[in-house]
Amino acid sequence: MANLNQVVGALNLAADIIEENKQHLTELDGAIGDGDHGINMSRGFSFVKKTLSEGGFETVADLFKKCGMDLVAHVGGASGPLFGTAFLKASMVLKDKTEVSASDYLSILKASVEGIKMRGKSDAGEKTMLDALIPAYEAGAEVEKQEKSAQEVLKAVKAAAAKGAEDTEALVAKKGRASYLGERSIGHQDPGAASTALILGAVSDFFAAS
Amino acid sequence: MKKLINQPENSLNEMLSGMTKAYPDYLKRLEHTNVLVRQNLDNQKVAVISGGGSGHEPTHAGYIGTGMLDAAVAGDIFTSPTPDQIYEAIKAVDRGRGVLLVVKNYSGDVMNFDMAKEMAEMEGIEIDSVIVNDDVAVEDSTFTTGRRGIAGTVLVHKIAGAAAERGWNLQKVKAVAEKAITHIRSMGMALSPCTVPSAGKPNFTLAEDEVEIGTGIHGEPGTHREKIKTADEITKELFDQIQADTPFKKGDEVAVIVNGMGATPLMELYIVNNKFHDLLKTLGVHIHQTFVGEFMTSLEMAGMSLTVLKLDDELKSLLDDSADTPALKIIKH
Repeated sequence: MANLNQVVGALNLAADIIEENKQHLTELDGAIGDGDHGINMSRGFSFVKKTLSEGGFETVADLFKKCGMDLVAHVGGASGPLFGTAFLKASMVLKDKTEVSASDYLSILKASVEGIKMRGKSDAGEKTMLDALIPAYEAGAEVEKQEKSAQEVLKAVKAAAAKGAEDTEALVAKKGRASYLGERSIGHQDPGAASTALILGAVSDFFAAS
Repeated sequence: MKKLINQPENSLNEMLSGMTKAYPDYLKRLEHTNVLVRQNLDNQKVAVISGGGSGHEPTHAGYIGTGMLDAAVAGDIFTSPTPDQIYEAIKAVDRGRGVLLVVKNYSGDVMNFDMAKEMAEMEGIEIDSVIVNDDVAVEDSTFTTGRRGIAGTVLVHKIAGAAAERGWNLQKVKAVAEKAITHIRSMGMALSPCTVPSAGKPNFTLAEDEVEIGTGIHGEPGTHREKIKTADEITKELFDQIQADTPFKKGDEVAVIVNGMGATPLMELYIVNNKFHDLLKTLGVHIHQTFVGEFMTSLEMAGMSLTVLKLDDELKSLLDDSADTPALKIIKH
């Protein structure tokens, strides 16, 4: 599905999409959190872009590890360790692979789900990024089981992540700052789920276009 | 937004530089970091580190010094510091006797400090952490990540710092810090919001005649809003909520904090303390030590919080130990 250069391209596009949606993400966070998610994510991904442009990594795993550390060190808040952990777990799954297949991509998503659950002590239905990530992984895995193309897998991941993010509107927040709002959090999309959907959408779009 | 700043993005850096220039005898900055460490790191003791978002001054760096913290890690305004920075602080102050991290219960803080702890463990540094969760406004249940850590954290710094200064080992320092945490309760309120410089506008709004009860230290929502009442009535309302959680009883001995959130004058804090003391006294609770002032602020938010720490002989004696830091000095009598 993808070589190292293509992975760099996909991550670059994800970084651009986060930058474009900085204001939107911050507004979502303003409604139920402390209003800095977009600012933090954009700062983190600007360092990811810098890492991508500098190059010097030998494997995809290397690349994910560096990007994970960028996110951990520069996003801050709760999102830094969560997105950072996702990338670091992905790096461990990839080991010394030079190509990433659709099933590797699903392994990345699965490892991310597990890493985020562990780091955030959270699970599905708590109005977090997992509510975009878990359905995205499940939808992708379902399509892959039917032996469809990598493109189909990516599309399914994107659609399920977007729907998962939208569906967080109806949920009561049980984690993070938003949890203090309780019922008042209903009617607002979770910003972490929204940014997760944007990243997964960008990956899908990159390969659809390439 | 009307603030005495330069570029919003330089505020943290300039504040840390300003602090080190104000207290050169106490503080030094680790190069290329937002970490301030204690000037004198010669004595062989357990190191105590705290940290969190900025905007809560004098928390955290104000408590660096003899008998309290060895390092403070500053995140961006209202944003937790990152693991790499915390890790630098750990390496800088570890004297081989171990490090205790005092963390406030905010998911970002907990996760970042956890990651830093894992990094230090991999390097073979003896390390442990405690999580402060004194705010009774937010109930501990499956619906939340637990209670927030607010102004009571300063008393945990004091007690853990005193235990470390006495030469206790990491396990004992941690145990006494945890004991303190189980005995601390706080509750706060806001009269007006604050503005994070990078956001440029207040993060919530209150009508002229409204107050938010149970708010945390980031201007994040409390339990509810209500029409403003007298200082006595508000003090009683906060105190009643503390009492509803863990009643303090006749014969108990306590230390208390009346903490200003940044824009409430001392006069008003003393008015609150006047009622607070009367309420405790009526119950037959003995007040061993009172702190009134700004210990953990929320930028220019107006409002205050009440903290009660129930003491036993050990906690009392650690609280009474000398401390010499920029923001808190205790002289042992």
